[in-house]
Amino acid sequence: MVAPLVENGIISGNFNLLIALFIGLGFGFVLEQSGFSSSRKLAGVFYGYDMTVMKVFFTAAIVAMFGLLFFSLFGWIDLEMIYVNNTFLYSAIIGGVLMGIGFIMGGYCPGTSMCAAAIGKIDAMVFIVGIVIGIVIFGIGFPIWEKIYTAKALGPLKLSDLIGVKDGVFLLLLVVIAMAMFYAAEWVEKKFPRDVY
Amino acid sequence: MEQNTIETGTHKKEKPYINPYIGGVLLGIVLLSAFFIAGEGLGASGAFKNVISVCAAPITSADNTTGFFAKNYHSLMEDSKKWWIVLEVLGVLIGGLLSGAVSGRLKLKTEHSPKISKKRRLIFALLGGMFFGIGSQFGRGCTSGAALSGMASFSVAGFLTMAFIFGTGYTLAYFFRKNWI
Repeated sequence: MVAPLVENGIISGNFNLLIALFIGLGFGFVLEQSGFSSSRKLAGVFYGYDMTVMKVFFTAAIVAMFGLLFFSLFGWIDLEMIYVNNTFLYSAIIGGVLMGIGFIMGGYCPGTSMCAAAIGKIDAMVFIVGIVIGIVIFGIGFPIWEKIYTAKALGPLKLSDLIGVKDGVFLLLLVVIAMAMFYAAEWVEKKFPRDVY
Repeated sequence: MEQNTIETGTHKKEKPYINPYIGGVLLGIVLLSAFFIAGEGLGASGAFKNVISVCAAPITSADNTTGFFAKNYHSLMEDSKKWWIVLEVLGVLIGGLLSGAVSGRLKLKTEHSPKISKKRRLIFALLGGMFFGIGSQFGRGCTSGAALSGMASFSVAGFLTMAFIFGTGYTLAYFFRKNWI
């Protein structure tokens, strides 16, 4: 097992921070090349005229999941050391709903707004100001929602474990679902075409 | 403004975006690299939280470790790994800029539907950002940190957050349609 490289001490903490910059660079470059610097393109996923978000999002997740599972199979990576997001049931749902409202109103998410601001989108810069205000509001009001924020802590629970299938089987199911979604996405884009925006 | 200096002489047209599935594969490789090297996925909102925590430190006072920002500030000072996401997001800015430059998309503008005014677009952008800011803290990450990276690590939270972000978006899409279509 060689990876994660940092956890196994193969690369140092300081060098890891430099790598972070380059990984971010790749992240930003790919987002922008995929059109995620345009709010109207991003919002298209909610109206069917441009399903790019869904296609990129699910393809990326599946590629990374395949990578993790195969790397683990080859003995290259120790999956036990991979960070699995902790599940706080109520907080995750509240967060998702609030972010959904933010997405349909603002047309960006934090990562894509950075990317869009980088190429000069003023609406993205304003969105970023909004993010900062929002986080400050959350921080100041934290004592009010601290209870719900930490309620129903389920730990680093994996969905595959929850439904009781192996990671590989779960991934296969996800691929089938994604294929159906991609097929529907191609169809819906033809049904609600919009050339210029 | 200074945008004029960036223009490349010959008036190049904007290059088209890449195929979304190819974009997805490339993004997946970037995400996998993050897992392979650092042991965790990509993120964005965490960087905002960290920078705010540092800026707020003089106000939240050094010995107060119970407040939301103060607590985060102290863990930032103790663990250099918590700076990973800040440098990563700095990279996103540079990467976005480079991509925009090579594809001829660097331009200062407010993007909005012809049906709405610039002012309305900016007000909604601000409000949307605020909702996203608050939501990203409840979600312990945003679309990249909670939804995408969470999904990739098979996390229940990842799938849940993803489903509620998009589910809410679809539920409310009708009411905000004028802003987009």
